[in-house]
Amino acid sequence: MTGHAVIVGASVAGVRVARTLRDEGWTGPITLLEAEQHMPYDKPPLSKAGLLSADDVPALLTADDVGALDLDLRLGSRAAALDPATGTVTLADGEVVGYDALVLATGAAARPSPWCAGSPRVHVMRSRDDAQALRTMLAPGNRLLIIGAGFIGSEVAGSARSQGVEVTLVDPQPVPMARIMGEAVGRRFVDLQRDHGVDVRLGVGVEQIDDRGEHVVATLTDGAQVEADAVLVGIGVSLNTAWLGSSGLPMDNGVLCDAQCRVIGSSNIYAAGDVSRWRHERHGRDVRVEHWTNAIEQAAVVAHNIAHPDDLRTHAPVEYVWSDQYDWKIQIVGTPAPGIEPVVLEPAGTGRFAAIYADADNALCGSVTINWGRASVLVRKALRDHGSVEDVLRTLSPQVVS
Amino acid sequence: MPIVKADLEACQGYANCVVGAEDVFDLDDDGNVVVLRAEIDEADRARVETAAKSCPVSALRLEDS
Repeated sequence: MTGHAVIVGASVAGVRVARTLRDEGWTGPITLLEAEQHMPYDKPPLSKAGLLSADDVPALLTADDVGALDLDLRLGSRAAALDPATGTVTLADGEVVGYDALVLATGAAARPSPWCAGSPRVHVMRSRDDAQALRTMLAPGNRLLIIGAGFIGSEVAGSARSQGVEVTLVDPQPVPMARIMGEAVGRRFVDLQRDHGVDVRLGVGVEQIDDRGEHVVATLTDGAQVEADAVLVGIGVSLNTAWLGSSGLPMDNGVLCDAQCRVIGSSNIYAAGDVSRWRHERHGRDVRVEHWTNAIEQAAVVAHNIAHPDDLRTHAPVEYVWSDQYDWKIQIVGTPAPGIEPVVLEPAGTGRFAAIYADADNALCGSVTINWGRASVLVRKALRDHGSVEDVLRTLSPQVVS
Repeated sequence: MPIVKADLEACQGYANCVVGAEDVFDLDDDGNVVVLRAEIDEADRARVETAAKSCPVSALRLEDS
Protein backbone atom coordinates (compact mmCIF):
# COMPACT_ATOMS: atom_id res chain seq x y z
CA MET A 1 0.00 0.00 0.00
CA THR A 2 2.69 2.40 -0.96
CA GLY A 3 3.24 4.30 -4.15
CA HIS A 4 2.29 7.84 -5.03
CA ALA A 5 -1.42 8.73 -4.92
CA VAL A 6 -2.33 11.88 -6.83
CA ILE A 7 -5.76 13.45 -6.35
CA VAL A 8 -6.85 16.15 -8.78
CA GLY A 9 -9.31 18.51 -7.10
CA ALA A 10 -9.54 19.40 -3.40
CA SER A 11 -13.25 19.90 -2.99
CA VAL A 12 -15.22 17.52 -0.80
CA ALA A 13 -14.62 14.40 -2.93
CA GLY A 14 -10.87 14.89 -3.30
CA VAL A 15 -10.30 15.81 0.33
CA ARG A 16 -12.34 12.82 1.49
CA VAL A 17 -10.28 10.49 -0.68
CA ALA A 18 -7.09 11.86 0.88
CA ARG A 19 -8.38 11.52 4.43
CA THR A 20 -9.80 8.05 3.87
CA LEU A 21 -6.62 6.80 2.17
CA ARG A 22 -4.79 7.50 5.44
CA ASP A 23 -7.60 5.83 7.45
CA GLU A 24 -7.25 2.81 5.16
CA GLY A 25 -3.52 2.57 5.89
CA TRP A 26 -2.02 4.12 2.75
CA THR A 27 1.54 5.02 3.72
CA GLY A 28 2.82 6.39 0.42
CA PRO A 29 2.91 10.06 -0.52
CA ILE A 30 -0.42 11.76 -1.33
CA THR A 31 -0.45 14.80 -3.57
CA LEU A 32 -3.62 16.90 -3.66
CA LEU A 33 -3.78 19.31 -6.59
CA GLU A 34 -6.21 22.23 -6.41
CA ALA A 35 -6.66 24.95 -9.01
CA GLU A 36 -8.05 27.48 -6.51
CA GLN A 37 -5.77 29.43 -4.16
CA HIS A 38 -8.05 29.05 -1.13
CA MET A 39 -7.61 26.31 1.44
CA PRO A 40 -10.19 23.61 0.67
CA TYR A 41 -13.71 24.58 1.78
CA ASP A 42 -17.19 23.12 1.74
CA LYS A 43 -19.51 24.30 -1.04
CA PRO A 44 -23.15 23.65 0.01
CA PRO A 45 -23.21 26.65 2.40
CA LEU A 46 -22.17 29.08 -0.35
CA SER A 47 -25.78 29.74 -1.38
CA LYS A 48 -27.07 29.61 2.21
CA ALA A 49 -25.42 30.83 5.44
CA GLY A 50 -22.03 31.02 3.73
CA LEU A 51 -23.40 33.59 1.30
CA LEU A 52 -24.18 35.93 4.19
CA SER A 53 -20.92 35.42 6.10
CA ALA A 54 -17.55 34.06 5.03
CA ASP A 55 -17.25 32.65 8.57
CA ASP A 56 -19.99 30.20 7.65
CA VAL A 57 -17.99 28.55 4.86
CA PRO A 58 -16.40 25.60 6.71
CA ALA A 59 -12.84 24.49 5.97
CA LEU A 60 -12.41 20.94 4.70
CA LEU A 61 -8.75 20.90 5.69
CA THR A 62 -6.71 23.05 8.05
CA ALA A 63 -2.95 23.53 7.91
CA ASP A 64 -2.78 21.24 10.96
CA ASP A 65 -4.75 18.55 9.11
CA VAL A 66 -2.39 18.76 6.15
CA GLY A 67 0.55 18.16 8.46
CA ALA A 68 -1.12 15.40 10.47
CA LEU A 69 -2.20 13.56 7.33
CA ASP A 70 1.16 14.18 5.65
CA LEU A 71 -0.43 15.55 2.49
CA ASP A 72 1.32 17.45 -0.27
CA LEU A 73 -1.45 20.02 -0.82
CA ARG A 74 -0.71 22.21 -3.81
CA LEU A 75 -3.00 25.21 -4.11
CA GLY A 76 -3.12 27.15 -7.37
CA SER A 77 -2.08 23.99 -9.24
CA ARG A 78 -4.31 23.46 -12.25
CA ALA A 79 -4.06 20.12 -14.04
CA ALA A 80 -3.78 20.68 -17.79
CA ALA A 81 -3.33 17.19 -19.25
CA LEU A 82 -3.24 13.51 -18.38
CA ASP A 83 -1.22 10.80 -20.08
CA PRO A 84 -2.28 7.36 -18.79
CA ALA A 85 0.43 5.64 -20.86
CA THR A 86 3.23 7.30 -18.89
CA GLY A 87 1.21 7.72 -15.70
CA THR A 88 1.68 11.48 -15.56
CA VAL A 89 -0.36 14.62 -15.01
CA THR A 90 0.93 17.83 -16.56
CA LEU A 91 0.11 21.04 -14.72
CA ALA A 92 -0.73 24.37 -16.33
CA ASP A 93 2.76 25.66 -15.47
CA GLY A 94 4.36 22.73 -17.31
CA GLU A 95 5.37 20.66 -14.26
CA VAL A 96 4.90 16.92 -14.73
CA VAL A 97 3.62 14.87 -11.78
CA GLY A 98 3.88 11.07 -11.91
CA TYR A 99 1.38 8.84 -10.12
CA ASP A 100 0.86 5.22 -9.18
CA ALA A 101 -2.82 5.79 -8.41
CA LEU A 102 -4.81 8.75 -9.73
CA VAL A 103 -8.17 10.17 -8.60
CA LEU A 104 -10.13 12.51 -10.85
CA ALA A 105 -12.17 14.83 -8.60
CA THR A 106 -12.18 18.11 -10.49
CA GLY A 107 -15.92 18.64 -10.04
CA ALA A 108 -17.88 21.20 -11.99
CA ALA A 109 -17.96 24.92 -12.63
CA ALA A 110 -21.01 27.15 -12.75
CA ARG A 111 -22.19 27.46 -16.34
CA PRO A 112 -21.18 30.98 -17.29
CA SER A 113 -23.80 33.60 -18.04
CA PRO A 114 -24.75 33.71 -21.72
CA TRP A 115 -25.75 37.34 -21.11
CA CYS A 116 -23.40 40.19 -20.32
CA ALA A 117 -20.95 37.81 -18.64
CA GLY A 118 -18.17 40.37 -18.34
CA SER A 119 -20.21 42.75 -16.18
CA PRO A 120 -19.25 42.99 -12.49
CA ARG A 121 -22.98 43.04 -11.75
CA VAL A 122 -23.54 39.60 -13.32
CA HIS A 123 -22.73 36.72 -10.95
CA VAL A 124 -22.66 32.93 -10.75
CA MET A 125 -22.44 30.83 -7.56
CA ARG A 126 -19.99 27.99 -7.19
CA SER A 127 -16.91 29.21 -5.37
CA ARG A 128 -15.87 31.15 -2.31
CA ASP A 129 -14.96 34.08 -4.55
CA ASP A 130 -18.41 33.97 -6.18
CA ALA A 131 -20.08 34.20 -2.76
CA GLN A 132 -17.78 37.03 -1.72
CA ALA A 133 -18.62 39.00 -4.85
CA LEU A 134 -22.40 38.67 -4.45
CA ARG A 135 -22.32 39.21 -0.67
CA THR A 136 -21.33 42.85 -1.06
CA MET A 137 -24.65 43.72 -2.73
CA LEU A 138 -26.97 41.90 -0.29
CA ALA A 139 -28.22 45.03 1.47
CA PRO A 140 -31.79 46.10 2.21
CA GLY A 141 -33.55 47.65 -0.75
CA ASN A 142 -31.06 46.43 -3.34
CA ARG A 143 -32.58 44.61 -6.28
CA LEU A 144 -31.38 41.14 -7.28
CA LEU A 145 -32.50 39.37 -10.43
CA ILE A 146 -32.05 35.60 -10.26
CA ILE A 147 -32.16 33.60 -13.48
CA GLY A 148 -32.91 29.94 -12.89
CA ALA A 149 -35.20 28.63 -10.12
CA GLY A 150 -33.22 25.47 -9.41
CA PHE A 151 -31.64 24.79 -6.03
CA ILE A 152 -28.93 27.45 -6.31
CA GLY A 153 -31.31 30.18 -7.47
CA SER A 154 -33.96 29.25 -4.92
CA GLU A 155 -31.50 29.14 -2.02
CA VAL A 156 -29.89 32.43 -2.98
CA ALA A 157 -33.37 33.96 -3.20
CA GLY A 158 -34.02 32.91 0.39
CA SER A 159 -30.67 34.20 1.61
CA ALA A 160 -31.18 37.51 -0.19
CA ARG A 161 -34.71 37.98 1.16
CA SER A 162 -33.38 37.46 4.68
CA GLN A 163 -31.27 40.58 4.11
CA GLY A 164 -34.17 42.66 2.82
CA VAL A 165 -33.12 42.43 -0.81
CA GLU A 166 -35.85 42.79 -3.45
CA VAL A 167 -35.72 39.60 -5.50
CA THR A 168 -37.06 38.77 -8.95
CA LEU A 169 -36.80 35.09 -9.91
CA VAL A 170 -37.07 34.11 -13.58
CA ASP A 171 -37.21 30.62 -15.07
CA PRO A 172 -38.24 29.41 -18.54
CA GLN A 173 -40.11 26.42 -17.06
CA PRO A 174 -43.72 26.94 -15.90
CA VAL A 175 -42.95 24.88 -12.77
CA PRO A 176 -39.16 24.62 -12.43
CA MET A 177 -39.05 21.75 -9.92
CA ALA A 178 -41.60 19.66 -11.84
CA ARG A 179 -38.80 17.98 -13.80
CA ILE A 180 -37.50 16.46 -10.55
CA MET A 181 -40.58 16.01 -8.40
CA GLY A 182 -43.71 16.45 -10.52
CA GLU A 183 -46.15 19.33 -10.98
CA ALA A 184 -48.10 19.28 -7.74
CA VAL A 185 -45.08 19.19 -5.42
CA GLY A 186 -43.13 21.54 -7.67
CA ARG A 187 -45.84 24.19 -7.37
CA ARG A 188 -45.33 24.31 -3.60
CA PHE A 189 -41.78 25.50 -4.21
CA VAL A 190 -43.07 28.33 -6.39
CA ASP A 191 -45.60 29.28 -3.71
CA LEU A 192 -42.83 29.27 -1.08
CA GLN A 193 -40.95 31.96 -2.99
CA ARG A 194 -44.08 34.06 -3.61
CA ASP A 195 -45.12 33.78 0.04
CA HIS A 196 -41.77 35.33 0.94
CA GLY A 197 -42.20 38.31 -1.33
CA VAL A 198 -40.23 37.15 -4.35
CA ASP A 199 -41.46 38.39 -7.73
CA VAL A 200 -41.54 35.04 -9.55
CA ARG A 201 -41.77 35.10 -13.38
CA LEU A 202 -42.21 31.62 -14.87
CA GLY A 203 -42.38 30.39 -18.42
CA VAL A 204 -40.22 33.28 -19.59
CA GLY A 205 -36.61 33.35 -20.67
CA VAL A 206 -34.05 36.10 -20.88
CA GLU A 207 -33.55 37.88 -24.18
CA GLN A 208 -30.65 40.06 -23.16
CA ILE A 209 -29.04 41.91 -20.29
CA ASP A 210 -27.53 45.38 -20.57
CA ASP A 211 -25.13 46.85 -18.03
CA ARG A 212 -26.10 50.50 -17.75
CA GLY A 213 -23.34 51.29 -15.25
CA GLU A 214 -25.52 52.14 -12.22
CA HIS A 215 -27.65 49.07 -12.74
CA VAL A 216 -28.48 46.37 -15.27
CA VAL A 217 -31.63 45.98 -17.34
CA ALA A 218 -32.80 42.53 -18.36
CA THR A 219 -35.20 42.10 -21.24
CA LEU A 220 -37.33 38.99 -20.89
CA THR A 221 -38.81 36.95 -23.72
CA ASP A 222 -42.30 38.27 -22.92
CA GLY A 223 -41.00 41.79 -23.55
CA ALA A 224 -40.90 42.80 -19.87
CA GLN A 225 -37.87 44.68 -18.60
CA VAL A 226 -36.42 44.12 -15.13
CA GLU A 227 -34.03 46.63 -13.61
CA ALA A 228 -31.62 45.24 -11.01
CA ASP A 229 -28.48 46.09 -9.07
CA ALA A 230 -27.11 42.60 -9.60
CA VAL A 231 -27.95 39.40 -11.48
CA LEU A 232 -27.33 35.85 -10.32
CA VAL A 233 -27.27 33.32 -13.15
CA GLY A 234 -28.03 29.84 -11.81
CA ILE A 235 -28.46 27.71 -14.91
CA GLY A 236 -26.51 24.61 -14.00
CA VAL A 237 -22.92 23.50 -14.20
CA SER A 238 -20.39 22.30 -16.71
CA LEU A 239 -17.98 19.55 -15.73
CA ASN A 240 -14.31 20.35 -15.27
CA THR A 241 -13.19 17.65 -17.68
CA ALA A 242 -11.79 19.69 -20.59
CA TRP A 243 -8.24 18.96 -19.33
CA LEU A 244 -8.88 15.24 -19.97
CA GLY A 245 -9.60 15.83 -23.65
CA SER A 246 -6.31 14.36 -24.89
CA SER A 247 -6.14 11.59 -22.27
CA GLY A 248 -8.08 9.02 -24.27
CA LEU A 249 -10.24 8.23 -21.22
CA PRO A 250 -13.83 7.24 -22.06
CA MET A 251 -16.14 10.23 -21.55
CA ASP A 252 -19.87 10.72 -21.93
CA ASN A 253 -21.11 13.61 -19.79
CA GLY A 254 -18.61 12.52 -17.16
CA VAL A 255 -15.75 10.04 -17.01
CA LEU A 256 -17.05 6.51 -17.51
CA CYS A 257 -16.30 4.21 -14.59
CA ASP A 258 -17.16 0.69 -13.54
CA ALA A 259 -19.18 -0.24 -10.46
CA GLN A 260 -16.00 0.06 -8.35
CA CYS A 261 -15.49 3.64 -9.59
CA ARG A 262 -12.44 2.73 -11.69
CA VAL A 263 -12.21 4.46 -15.04
CA ILE A 264 -13.15 1.96 -17.76
CA GLY A 265 -10.05 0.45 -19.35
CA SER A 266 -7.76 1.57 -16.52
CA SER A 267 -6.47 -0.25 -13.46
CA ASN A 268 -5.18 2.71 -11.44
CA ILE A 269 -7.37 5.72 -12.33
CA TYR A 270 -10.54 6.43 -10.36
CA ALA A 271 -13.13 9.21 -10.45
CA ALA A 272 -15.16 10.60 -7.55
CA GLY A 273 -17.85 13.24 -7.22
CA ASP A 274 -19.50 15.25 -9.97
CA VAL A 275 -17.19 14.09 -12.78
CA SER A 276 -17.84 10.37 -12.28
CA ARG A 277 -20.37 8.51 -14.41
CA TRP A 278 -20.29 5.06 -12.93
CA ARG A 279 -22.16 1.80 -13.20
CA HIS A 280 -24.78 1.83 -10.45
CA GLU A 281 -25.55 -1.84 -9.90
CA ARG A 282 -28.87 -1.34 -8.11
CA HIS A 283 -30.15 0.85 -10.94
CA GLY A 284 -28.52 -1.31 -13.61
CA ARG A 285 -27.31 1.72 -15.55
CA ASP A 286 -24.60 4.38 -15.59
CA VAL A 287 -25.38 7.40 -13.42
CA ARG A 288 -23.79 10.69 -12.48
CA VAL A 289 -24.77 12.43 -9.24
CA GLU A 290 -23.89 15.96 -8.14
CA HIS A 291 -24.78 15.63 -4.46
CA TRP A 292 -22.52 16.22 -1.45
CA THR A 293 -23.44 12.93 0.18
CA ASN A 294 -22.64 10.98 -2.98
CA ALA A 295 -19.25 12.70 -3.14
CA ILE A 296 -18.24 11.58 0.35
CA GLU A 297 -19.61 8.06 -0.05
CA GLN A 298 -17.96 7.62 -3.42
CA ALA A 299 -14.69 9.05 -2.08
CA ALA A 300 -14.71 6.42 0.67
CA VAL A 301 -15.18 3.63 -1.86
CA VAL A 302 -12.43 5.00 -4.11
CA ALA A 303 -9.95 5.32 -1.23
CA HIS A 304 -10.73 1.81 -0.04
CA ASN A 305 -10.31 0.36 -3.52
CA ILE A 306 -6.98 2.12 -4.07
CA ALA A 307 -5.66 0.88 -0.75
CA HIS A 308 -7.14 -2.64 -1.08
CA PRO A 309 -7.11 -3.66 -4.74
CA ASP A 310 -7.70 -7.28 -3.69
CA ASP A 311 -10.94 -6.36 -1.87
CA LEU A 312 -12.82 -4.04 -4.25
CA ARG A 313 -16.10 -2.47 -3.13
CA THR A 314 -18.93 -1.33 -5.35
CA HIS A 315 -20.68 2.03 -5.01
CA ALA A 316 -24.47 1.72 -5.19
CA PRO A 317 -25.86 4.38 -2.85
CA VAL A 318 -29.39 5.63 -2.25
CA GLU A 319 -29.35 9.20 -3.57
CA TYR A 320 -29.79 11.92 -0.97
CA VAL A 321 -29.70 15.68 -1.25
CA TRP A 322 -30.95 18.51 0.93
CA SER A 323 -31.82 22.13 0.43
CA ASP A 324 -32.57 24.89 2.94
CA GLN A 325 -34.99 27.56 1.77
CA TYR A 326 -36.58 30.01 4.23
CA ASP A 327 -38.04 27.88 7.05
CA TRP A 328 -38.08 24.72 4.92
CA LYS A 329 -35.66 21.87 5.39
CA ILE A 330 -36.04 20.02 2.12
CA GLN A 331 -34.74 16.47 1.77
CA ILE A 332 -34.88 14.48 -1.44
CA VAL A 333 -34.21 10.76 -1.40
CA GLY A 334 -33.77 8.28 -4.25
CA THR A 335 -35.04 9.21 -7.68
CA PRO A 336 -38.57 10.64 -7.47
CA ALA A 337 -40.50 9.77 -10.63
CA PRO A 338 -41.86 13.06 -11.95
CA GLY A 339 -44.36 11.41 -14.32
CA ILE A 340 -46.36 9.70 -11.58
CA GLU A 341 -48.01 11.79 -8.89
CA PRO A 342 -46.79 10.77 -5.42
CA VAL A 343 -48.71 9.87 -2.30
CA VAL A 344 -48.70 13.01 -0.16
CA LEU A 345 -48.80 13.01 3.63
CA GLU A 346 -49.32 16.33 5.33
CA PRO A 347 -50.07 16.15 9.05
CA ALA A 348 -52.35 19.08 9.90
CA GLY A 349 -50.80 21.89 11.88
CA THR A 350 -47.23 20.59 11.79
CA GLY A 351 -45.78 22.39 8.77
CA ARG A 352 -44.57 18.97 7.60
CA PHE A 353 -44.96 17.39 4.26
CA ALA A 354 -43.87 14.13 2.65
CA ALA A 355 -44.34 13.05 -0.97
CA ILE A 356 -43.66 9.34 -1.46
CA TYR A 357 -42.93 8.28 -5.05
CA ALA A 358 -43.42 4.94 -6.77
CA ASP A 359 -42.18 4.07 -10.24
CA ALA A 360 -44.16 2.59 -13.13
CA ASP A 361 -43.95 -0.86 -11.51
CA ASN A 362 -45.29 0.59 -8.25
CA ALA A 363 -41.91 0.08 -6.57
CA LEU A 364 -40.80 2.69 -4.04
CA CYS A 365 -38.34 5.01 -5.78
CA GLY A 366 -37.98 8.18 -3.75
CA SER A 367 -39.36 10.95 -1.58
CA VAL A 368 -39.45 14.70 -1.16
CA THR A 369 -39.96 15.82 2.42
CA ILE A 370 -40.21 19.20 4.09
CA ASN A 371 -39.38 19.64 7.78
CA TRP A 372 -39.84 15.91 8.33
CA GLY A 373 -36.46 14.30 8.88
CA ARG A 374 -37.86 11.04 10.20
CA ALA A 375 -39.91 10.48 7.07
CA SER A 376 -36.87 11.17 4.91
CA VAL A 377 -34.65 8.74 6.78
CA LEU A 378 -37.37 6.11 6.75
CA VAL A 379 -37.48 6.22 2.95
CA ARG A 380 -33.68 6.12 2.71
CA LYS A 381 -33.61 2.96 4.77
CA ALA A 382 -36.56 1.46 2.91
CA LEU A 383 -34.86 2.02 -0.46
CA ARG A 384 -31.66 0.49 0.84
CA ASP A 385 -33.56 -2.53 2.19
CA HIS A 386 -35.89 -2.88 -0.84
CA GLY A 387 -38.92 -1.86 1.19
CA SER A 388 -42.25 -0.97 -0.40
CA VAL A 389 -44.43 2.13 -0.57
CA GLU A 390 -46.87 0.31 1.70
CA ASP A 391 -44.16 -0.28 4.33
CA VAL A 392 -43.35 3.41 4.37
CA LEU A 393 -46.98 4.53 4.53
CA ARG A 394 -47.78 2.02 7.27
CA THR A 395 -45.06 3.55 9.44
CA LEU A 396 -45.81 7.16 8.63
CA SER A 397 -49.61 7.17 8.56
CA PRO A 398 -50.13 6.86 12.34
CA GLN A 399 -47.96 9.95 12.71
CA VAL A 400 -50.29 11.78 10.36
CA VAL A 401 -53.40 10.78 12.30
CA SER A 402 -51.92 11.64 15.70
CA MET B 1 -13.73 2.93 24.84
CA PRO B 2 -14.78 5.45 22.16
CA ILE B 3 -17.52 7.89 23.20
CA VAL B 4 -19.87 9.61 20.75
CA LYS B 5 -20.19 13.38 21.20
CA ALA B 6 -22.99 15.22 19.43
CA ASP B 7 -23.20 18.99 18.96
CA LEU B 8 -26.96 19.52 19.15
CA GLU B 9 -26.63 23.20 18.24
CA ALA B 10 -24.90 22.31 14.99
CA CYS B 11 -27.18 19.38 14.05
CA GLN B 12 -29.43 20.13 11.09
CA GLY B 13 -31.12 16.74 10.91
CA TYR B 14 -29.52 15.65 7.65
CA ALA B 15 -29.52 12.09 9.05
CA ASN B 16 -26.51 10.69 7.23
CA CYS B 17 -25.42 9.34 10.63
CA VAL B 18 -28.69 7.43 11.06
CA VAL B 19 -28.25 5.71 7.73
CA GLY B 20 -24.62 4.93 8.59
CA ALA B 21 -25.23 3.49 12.06
CA GLU B 22 -28.88 3.24 13.02
CA ASP B 23 -28.01 1.28 16.17
CA VAL B 24 -26.21 4.38 17.46
CA PHE B 25 -28.02 7.37 15.94
CA ASP B 26 -31.67 8.30 15.42
CA LEU B 27 -33.68 11.46 14.83
CA ASP B 28 -36.22 12.80 17.29
CA ASP B 29 -39.61 14.09 16.21
CA ASP B 30 -38.16 17.53 15.55
CA GLY B 31 -35.49 16.08 13.29
CA ASN B 32 -32.55 16.45 15.68
CA VAL B 33 -30.00 13.72 16.29
CA VAL B 34 -30.49 11.36 19.23
CA VAL B 35 -27.50 9.31 20.38
CA LEU B 36 -28.97 5.94 21.30
CA ARG B 37 -25.79 4.78 23.01
CA ALA B 38 -22.73 6.92 23.51
CA GLU B 39 -20.28 4.18 24.46
CA ILE B 40 -19.06 2.33 21.41
CA ASP B 41 -17.42 -1.08 21.37
CA GLU B 42 -13.98 -1.11 19.83
CA ALA B 43 -15.27 -3.53 17.19
CA ASP B 44 -17.81 -0.91 16.00
CA ARG B 45 -15.37 1.98 15.96
CA ALA B 46 -14.69 2.15 12.22
CA ARG B 47 -18.35 1.90 11.24
CA VAL B 48 -19.52 4.49 13.78
CA GLU B 49 -16.61 6.78 12.93
CA THR B 50 -17.60 6.65 9.26
CA ALA B 51 -21.20 7.47 10.19
CA ALA B 52 -20.06 10.39 12.35
CA LYS B 53 -17.81 11.74 9.60
CA SER B 54 -20.69 11.64 7.11
CA CYS B 55 -22.32 14.57 8.93
CA PRO B 56 -22.50 17.55 6.55
CA VAL B 57 -22.09 20.02 9.43
CA SER B 58 -19.47 18.08 11.44
CA ALA B 59 -21.81 17.82 14.44
CA LEU B 60 -20.51 14.38 15.51
CA ARG B 61 -17.22 13.03 16.71
CA LEU B 62 -15.76 10.06 18.51
CA GLU B 63 -13.58 10.70 21.54
CA ASP B 64 -11.49 8.25 23.44
CA SER B 65 -12.47 8.17 27.09
